[in-house]
Amino acid sequence: MIELHHLEKRFGDSFAVQDLNLTFPDGELTALLGPSGCGKTTTLRMINRLIEPSGGQVRLNGQDTRALKPEALRRGIGYVIQQVGLFPHLNVAQNVATVPDLLGRDRRATAARVDELLDLVGLDPDTFRHKRPGELSGGQAQRVGVARALAADPPVLLMDEPFGALDPLARDRLQDAFRDIQRRLRKTVVMVTHDIDEALRLGDRVALMNAGRLEQFGTPDDLIHRPVSDFVRQFLGEDAALRQLAGQPVSRFMAALDGASPLPPVAVEDTLNARSALAVLLREGTDRLTVTRGGQAVGTVGWADLRTSGPERP
Amino acid sequence: MRGGRGGRWAALVWPALLLLCLIPGVLPALIDPLGLGEVGTPERPLWQLTLTHLGLVVLASVVVLALGLPLAVAVTRPGRDALRQLSETLVGLGQTVPTFAVLALAVPALGFGWAPTLLGLIVYGLVPVVSNAVVGLQGVSPGALDAARGMGMSARQRLWRVELPLARPVILAGVRTSTVYNVGTATVGAALGAGGLGEPIINGLSQQNTALVLSGAVLAALLALSLDALMALSEPRP
Ligand SMILES: Nc1ncnc2c1ncn2[C@@H]1O[C@H](COP(=O)(O)OP(=O)(O)OP(=O)(O)O)[C@@H](O)[C@H]1O
Ligand SMILES: [Mg+2]
Repeated sequence: MIELHHLEKRFGDSFAVQDLNLTFPDGELTALLGPSGCGKTTTLRMINRLIEPSGGQVRLNGQDTRALKPEALRRGIGYVIQQVGLFPHLNVAQNVATVPDLLGRDRRATAARVDELLDLVGLDPDTFRHKRPGELSGGQAQRVGVARALAADPPVLLMDEPFGALDPLARDRLQDAFRDIQRRLRKTVVMVTHDIDEALRLGDRVALMNAGRLEQFGTPDDLIHRPVSDFVRQFLGEDAALRQLAGQPVSRFMAALDGASPLPPVAVEDTLNARSALAVLLREGTDRLTVTRGGQAVGTVGWADLRTSGPERP
Repeated sequence: MRGGRGGRWAALVWPALLLLCLIPGVLPALIDPLGLGEVGTPERPLWQLTLTHLGLVVLASVVVLALGLPLAVAVTRPGRDALRQLSETLVGLGQTVPTFAVLALAVPALGFGWAPTLLGLIVYGLVPVVSNAVVGLQGVSPGALDAARGMGMSARQRLWRVELPLARPVILAGVRTSTVYNVGTATVGAALGAGGLGEPIINGLSQQNTALVLSGAVLAALLALSLDALMALSEPRP
């Protein structure tokens, strides 16, 4: 658990972060969202002391992080940045092994761990182990970046716009991959982003910041359906609910088959995103759709299902 | 890949030529027919002069690296911009003073012989090494450095594991430039009694024997080309 207590950072006379109080729950992904310059990166970097706070406290599992040596603190926290920052003179395996090596772990155990992690992030170890960072695409490089951050199995992961430099297709794929990884590993993740779709799609919770202060902290549903201020409403935009639907498969919203009533004639695949399912409802002028998996009906979905305060979280 | 490697090893033609010219009798046989004079038999054999010359240059390069690299590292630490600019100015200043002046000024302090020559070579050799090392260290990708810090590397670990390996090609290029220049500069040392390939050149000038001058010049040029080629071989290919 990471707790921020009256955290602040001054640069000269101006506050980059001011009186920030926030608890990042264990095993959840919290998206740190907000407009450019609102202090997201500064907040993130104060957690692993890449930036020293000017006031307040960061507590990791109840312990003030100032009690630890910065290097020791950082080795226990995964760190992923937009620029990836792979070491170009080392191959993929050596890059991933960075923190285990710093910690003096056994080389052979680390080599096995590297393969396991490359598998986890969707890169074939035999193909990629010996490649240099210069031979990777942006998406592959960032997968290695994620594997490297996970190498020493830290309970906490800090990510600063990890998918920000990727083209939309690669970003989509990586977001999906990361969502699956997080579902399995259940790390305590703080992910900085200014991309609302990303925050709604990946965040168990969203902390929306504005001008160095916390504007609202809650689940995506809270922010969309129960915004605490005009800023929150405006920042998320009129189509926030649609954006949220776009990030979820329709299968999350469907009602189970009851066996009695006849199946609606129009069908959609269960992997279709919920916003597209809504568009199909509009286009067909119908009230319900059949949801199929591999041609087999598995449920139905209608307006009311999509209108709920949002899908249940996994 | 094969063809590329072949191209690299072709650089060995210079050391081979140098060794050939050092076989007693070969160089006179090549130069004497030009009718510029007689190379004759100098008091010390040419291979010995070449070795002295090489020794001076290599020793200077070692000292230059030992001084220049720590200097470059020290001034490129964060928050030392003023120090970096100062050192660049000072080092640059060293190169604007004429070679002869440096050597002449060093003689009263160090006497005649190899010592003032070595000092001159070090002063001259520092410029490319320090400036290249500074450029190399400053050119290290900020993303890689931030990642290194964020993963818990100490300042020392960042230097050894990230900064120096990434700056290495640029640093080596500086050492190479410095060494090759110093082969030329070191000929001046003969005037101070340091020996080396400047000796036949100076003797040739005083005896108006162009053949003798040519023998020293040819060997110095071949030595410079050989060192350049050998150091190019040691640089990793991208
Ligand atoms: N080293 C610094 N010196 C002075 N001001 C700084 C420094 N770092 C950040 N700031 C200022 O602090 C504020 C917050 O910066 P920060 O990088 O945390 O924003 P951000 O929310 O991450 O923005 P972005 O989305 O553009 O990355 C900005 O106004 C920025 O100009
Ligand atoms: Mg930022």
